[in-house]
This record gives sequence, structure tokens and C-alpha cells, in this order.
Amino acid sequence: MGISVFNITKSYGEVTALSDISFDVKPGELFGLIGPDGAGKTSLFRILTTLLIADKGQATVAGYDVLKEYKSIRNSVGYMPGRFSLYQDLTVEENLNFFATIFGTTIEENYDLVKDIYVQIEPFKTRRAGKLSGGMKQKLALSCALIHKPKVLFLDEPTTGVDPVSRKEFWEMLKRLQKKDITILVSTPYMDEAALCDRIALIQDGEILQIDTPNAIVSHFPKPLYNISANDMHGLIESLTNHEHTYSIFPFGEFVHYTDKRDLIDREDLKDYLESQGLSDIHIEKTQPTIEDTFMELAK
Amino acid sequence: MKDKNVIQVEDLSKLFGDFAAVNNISFHVKPGEIFGFLGANGAGKTTAMKMLIGISSPTSGKATVAGFDVYKEAESIKKNIGYMSQKFALYDDLTVKENITFFGGIYGLSKKQIEQKRCELVEELGLQEVTNSLVASLPLGWKQKLAFSVSLLHEPKIVFLDEPTGGVDPITRRQFWEMIYKAAHNGTTIFVTTHYMDEAEYCDRVSIMVNGKIEALDTPKKLKEHYKTDTMNDVFLKLARG
Repeated sequence: MGISVFNITKSYGEVTALSDISFDVKPGELFGLIGPDGAGKTSLFRILTTLLIADKGQATVAGYDVLKEYKSIRNSVGYMPGRFSLYQDLTVEENLNFFATIFGTTIEENYDLVKDIYVQIEPFKTRRAGKLSGGMKQKLALSCALIHKPKVLFLDEPTTGVDPVSRKEFWEMLKRLQKKDITILVSTPYMDEAALCDRIALIQDGEILQIDTPNAIVSHFPKPLYNISANDMHGLIESLTNHEHTYSIFPFGEFVHYTDKRDLIDREDLKDYLESQGLSDIHIEKTQPTIEDTFMELAK
Repeated sequence: MKDKNVIQVEDLSKLFGDFAAVNNISFHVKPGEIFGFLGANGAGKTTAMKMLIGISSPTSGKATVAGFDVYKEAESIKKNIGYMSQKFALYDDLTVKENITFFGGIYGLSKKQIEQKRCELVEELGLQEVTNSLVASLPLGWKQKLAFSVSLLHEPKIVFLDEPTGGVDPITRRQFWEMIYKAAHNGTTIFVTTHYMDEAEYCDRVSIMVNGKIEALDTPKKLKEHYKTDTMNDVFLKLARG
């Protein structure tokens, strides 16, 4: 009854947007599609919301077939596209009213569901949607996607370009919605948000790299991972790039995440090497991989 | 000393009606510095940046960018800075080559200079195969790297980057930052906004705007010490939640 995707393929001319994608989302699950721009996330959303037809494969949403029962799907899902797509010259309230009306309901009937979110923008209900700030637009778009009480909610990059505080609040809202028995498929390029999903699919270049719970995904990271810091970040990256035993290095905030070609590393050895490159203040310690580490390892 | 700063801002404000989008901010940016300009959506970052790049006139206060006054010499500012944003950087329906030629021309480079820059840039980014492809057909990460290089065509003293890495994959995001490091290393000043807090750690200094004011400005290390947290993300959450 959630979402079922089986061997879905979609190409635009010579470009393959989705290549043989299969996965299931369980009813009531919060499922994340994690991948950068151009990975194929939006194509998949458009196929599942019946706005685009796949070249091959089958899919059902809330138990309905995306081809044969597209009208039932349109009544049962809420969709918040990546690009702001409300009516800019209608007010906040007019937009919400409009979406309620075309789905044959009223704001009052389902106010309960959107209340949490809508109260935050209600003080501005007479303002035109085009004049809202980014964070408020996002809240209005979510309210409009929810006002007909959908069984499945599709959110395509709802937090792209949104600051960390608003992102955190947005995910708290999603967690509350999930408790109201709404299945949620959400996409994001922010790897830190992946940890908040029940399960995630890592997707790149139209292919799914891995599907699992966030914990399982990081536990499958193949190598011991080290945090390394030194007095000069640029020099540290350069020295490690040229080091013969380096398997991978990626800057991570104030540290560099390092893996070695060998199974065991001698930290003193590595420290000596870095010192010989003119670096000081060197710290090397083992660390836990993140989803982003796993993604980069799989995407290499 | 003051004149040596690439950006010098004193008590700068911008009012819309009685709303102070930017409320009396002061800061400076040194040559070759990577300066992170952070803040929540609606905090006033874009308004402040528009004044600094010479497309919006302040209500009050003083500011110079690359040595030019934001009130009287806005046109000189535009010629002497580089700018790229996530929303607009290159023309999608021009080819890679055409974009470089176009922006080179806009920035007043000679044909010979453009030709030379184009060769260097295509070589450095490995774009040989796609020089005659439309920019629209490139992956976002390539576009952003190309846009950054194009913003540096006229060798500006300072380049403004407005969320340059939004939505870019994690590997390309890091390659992009290597380009930033390299440009800074060569003396270009970098003024950058981002919502990725790990990127805030890569900046020499970071300012955080809250409701039109700069609430914090220091190195990432000192900010973390001051707010007693381990990450810039936590610093941001503490400040921006008020």
C-alpha cells in the first residue's frame, strides 16, 4: 500500500535518467532518496505522481497502478515539487483554499493535519505567495500538498537552499506527519538528513547504489576511517594526496577523512610522513563513517 | 591600513520602509581571505551582498569593495569583482566556448586574452570534449566549476559566491572547494555564502547574520570555543535560534 517500484527505466534521448530502478516503501515509512542533482530523483517523482510515463517497468502508489489508475493516484497523493509551484499572485490563504477546493475538500475539514505548519504562516495569510521568504514558501507548499489528507506524500528536495535551522524544523514536522499514517518519500542532496529517514536509497546517475537503514548503510563502510587534522589544511590535503598508501581522502569540516590501502595502519608512521612534509599539530584518530563517506565510497 | 582591506564596511544599513533588512553591520575582509557569510534565510545576507556588489544602494553607512565606494563607484565595483550564484551563473543555451567568450567580452578582455584564457580553462577543467556542447547538457557540478572559473576570467581581486555548491554531489562539492583554496592561495579574496556547515569550517573567518545584524564573526575554531560546541552546525543552531 505504500510505494512499489519495479524495473523502472526512463531515458530522454540518449540520456538515461533512470536505469532499472526497483524498491518498495512500506506504508507509514519515511523513505529518503539521497543523491545529487541530476541523479534521477525528479524523474522518479514525476513517474510516481503520474506526470511522466516510464519507458519500462511497473510502479504502484497507495496500491494503484501508475498507468491504469493514475486518476486514483492523483487523488491520494500530495506532491511538493522541487521548484516552488504555487500561484505567486494568489495570497497564502487563497492558495491553500484553491488546493483544498480542487480536491473537493475545505481548509476546515483537514485543518488538523496542516495546523502545525500553517499557524507559522497564518499571520501572513493575506500576503501574496510570491512575496514570501524561502522558508515561508516551503511551509505554504507543504500545507497545500497536505490539505486533502493524502495517503502518500512526495517531497522533492524540500530543503534545498534552506538554512540549517529551518531544515531541522522541517524534518521535525515530517516526523510528526509520519505519526499520522502518511507514507513519505523525500529526496535530498543533504547527506546529514539521510540519518533521519527510516530507510534510504543512495542514488546517482540513474542507478541505486544501495538501499538500507541509515545505520546499516554506514556499518557497511569497507575500511577503517580516520580523522586527521594539522596546522595547514591545504598542505595536509596535498601531502595525503601524494602519499603512496592513501586509498581515499576527503575534507570533512575541520578534519580530513582518510582511508589507507593497507588493512592496518601505523599512526606514528603516518604522522612521521606528514611531519616530513612540513606539517605540525598533527592529530590522527579513528572515527565513525557517515552516510556521506559511504556515498562517496560507492560513487567513486 | 584600512585601504588594504578588500572589503571595508562600517555601520551599513538598508531599510525597506521601517524594516531594517540590514541593520548597522560593520566588518572587513582581508586580501586572500576566504570569508564565509552565513545566516538563516531572511537574515539579510542577500540584501547585504547586493549592496557590496554594487546593485543596491545602502540607506546609510559606509562601504568600499576592491577600493571603490558602493555609493559613487558602483560601476567600477561591478567591473572589478567576480560573481557567481547557484541561481544564475552561465547561459544554458550557449555552448561552453560561447559562454567563456561572452563573459570575457563583458569583462573587457581582448580577443587574444579570451582565447588564451579559454585554452587554459578548458584544459584545467578537462572540458576538451564538451567545448562545443550547450551548457544545459553539462552535469550541475561541471557547470558550477566552469561558472567559478568564468567569474575569475578578468582576474578580479575578489569573487562573490552565493551558495555555489547547493545540490552539488559530495565529491564535486569538495573539488569545488579545492578550486576555492587554490584561488585564495593565488591571492584572490573569496566571499562565500553556504548552507553546508562543514563548508563553514573551510573558511578563514565566518560571520553569522541574525535578523539584519552580524551576531558573530571569528575563525571557525574560536567560534566553536566561544559557543562551547564541536561543530559549526551547532554554533549556527545556537545563534540563529536566538
